[in-house]
Amino acid sequence: MLWETFLLALREIRRNVMRSSLTALGIIIGVASVIIMVTLGAGATAKVTADIGELGKNLIHIRPGQWHGPGGAHIRGNPLELSDAAAIEHQIPDLIAVAPASNKAIHAIYGNQNWSTSVTGSTNAFLIVRNWEIGMGRKFSESEIKGGKSVCILGSTVKKQLFGGENPIGAMIRLGRISFKVIGVFRPKGQSSFGTDQDDFVFIPLKTLQRRITGKTTVSSIFVSAMDGVSTKKVKKEIELLMRERRHIKQGKEDDFRVMDMQEIVNMMTRTTGVLTALLSAVAAVSLVVGGIGIMNIMLVSVTERTREIGTRLAIGAMERDVLMQFLVEAVVLSSLGGICGILLGLAGASAGARALSVPFVFKPGIVAIAFAFSVAVGIIFGYFPARKAARLDPIEALRHE
Amino acid sequence: MENKKINNFESSRHPLIELANVTRIYGTGDARVSALKGIDLCIENGEFVAIMGASGSGKSTCMNVLGCMDTPTSGSYLFEGIDVGLLSGNQRALLRRYYFGFVFQGFNLLNRTSALENVELPLIYRRIPAGERKARALEALSAVGLDNRWKHTPAELSGGQQQRVALARAMVSKPEVLFADEPTGNLDSVRSLEVMDLLTEFNKINKITIIMVTHDPEMAKYATRQIIFRDGMIQGSK
Ligand SMILES: Nc1ncnc2c1ncn2[C@@H]1O[C@H](COP(=O)(O)OP(=O)(O)OP(=O)(O)O)[C@@H](O)[C@H]1O
Ligand SMILES: [Mg+2]
Repeated sequence: MLWETFLLALREIRRNVMRSSLTALGIIIGVASVIIMVTLGAGATAKVTADIGELGKNLIHIRPGQWHGPGGAHIRGNPLELSDAAAIEHQIPDLIAVAPASNKAIHAIYGNQNWSTSVTGSTNAFLIVRNWEIGMGRKFSESEIKGGKSVCILGSTVKKQLFGGENPIGAMIRLGRISFKVIGVFRPKGQSSFGTDQDDFVFIPLKTLQRRITGKTTVSSIFVSAMDGVSTKKVKKEIELLMRERRHIKQGKEDDFRVMDMQEIVNMMTRTTGVLTALLSAVAAVSLVVGGIGIMNIMLVSVTERTREIGTRLAIGAMERDVLMQFLVEAVVLSSLGGICGILLGLAGASAGARALSVPFVFKPGIVAIAFAFSVAVGIIFGYFPARKAARLDPIEALRHE
Repeated sequence: MENKKINNFESSRHPLIELANVTRIYGTGDARVSALKGIDLCIENGEFVAIMGASGSGKSTCMNVLGCMDTPTSGSYLFEGIDVGLLSGNQRALLRRYYFGFVFQGFNLLNRTSALENVELPLIYRRIPAGERKARALEALSAVGLDNRWKHTPAELSGGQQQRVALARAMVSKPEVLFADEPTGNLDSVRSLEVMDLLTEFNKINKITIIMVTHDPEMAKYATRQIIFRDGMIQGSK
């Protein structure tokens, strides 16, 4: 019987294709926007999380503080020293690696190719902490680091700009006025979620940078990688205490350095997308309700139009329940067809949007199920009143209609 | 409850249909029309009754009351001893579904729906499986000579053909009582006689009680009893 009612409903809907599709439009838009938003939101979160993973697992970043002094002057805290990095390495437990690093904007020149990029000086620990893998060639040897040798590893963008398809290993390039021997090329990471090209840099030993390029003994940052399963928050706290002590900051005074933990950034990003998703879902919910009212409206029209039919059915032996079911099923079929269209449209839109925003397309079966359940529920809720109106008709009155 | 029990107990001694002083008043105030003004009527199981009378004399109104679609303004209607006035709307729907077949004066076929599906309708509500339903509906259509028209919708059928579809729909469920409001009103004399033969066979062989409204004395002759309505009252019977 339910199957028959279902077929009957399909036929009624087909009878008025134009009207039915316009009626279902509200549901279609509502469902599609929910799917698009949630899918893109999940994609963005996945992208940010992956990017931050690329930056380095359990990464903690220490650098001198920056603040605005009186008159808007830019004040920078005292620079970090190599001894700071050594102290962190020896006194803070549960660390995998500590990498002091500095960088500087520079021109890289090979033959007649000239590319303006930046040079970063650090130790091999930097590769672990920042999750860089060698794609070609090798990393620095211990003696190259200790001796401050003129060797470099190229980011893939720099390699492409200077060498094109040529093999760069063993070639000599110039960074500023100094010649460097290329010993390796990094595996590319691509764009970060902030839109910067992560592969656009040249990596050299820290000592080489300090001695031959910047001429300073200080470093601009220290990168620390905590062990898996260790709270980066706790490590961050310990580093802060150690640094305050080393820099003789009195109690009650503010830090003149900054320790950032990547987990914080991940959480912040996820929270933002979460809030955004919730907000936009509320908008989508409103459009579902509007869609439901559209269905109710058209079902009421349909009941009036088909009063004689209802009268005939009642006169021939339909009970209130049968008529109620007929119209309720019709409303639910209409709304769930709208839901299905909305889901397909939403998935298509989400995959197009994911491509446009270059975030991964994260298919969430849960939200598809929820969206479908919602569209069915909208049909039941908004179809009930017109269906009840039809079921309560008096057969004789209905037969006499018009 | 008590009342119903007694009725059930006594039902074997009750006539099939018993109207006592039934009135039906439409409208109020100036628009007030007394369509039935105190009808007493008793019909036994297996009868073939013809109701005659001038236009507007209340025949259709009476049929609606008998078919449990309309309720009397006053008076009582006992069907197999059960007081229909005490039944709920749904219980009356079940009476219509399982006991009655109805040919409406205006046919009341479903538009945009094929003749076959129109005839299947009462069987759908009786929860008869699709295969059997279709077979029985085709059989009923061929009984009224329309087996070659089963695909057509009412709009594609002549008035007489529509009337025969309506008849097939009323007969397809082999009801206890068949109400037919002018079943030959739109038919030529040959077709009319065929339909009357069909009804007579239905009455005799299937033991189905038939109550038929007609204007045509020739048709009324097929009935075992004729009741004449006049101005909302029964004038006489023969
Ligand atoms: N819904 C209604 N509202 C008001 N008056 C009605 C209604 N239905 C019927 N009547 C009146 O009740 C009276 C009886 O009507 P009814 O339809 O029973 O006549 P009838 O005997 O079937 O006539 P006919 O032979 O023309 O079909 C008529 O005067 C009619 O105008
Ligand atoms: Mg009439």
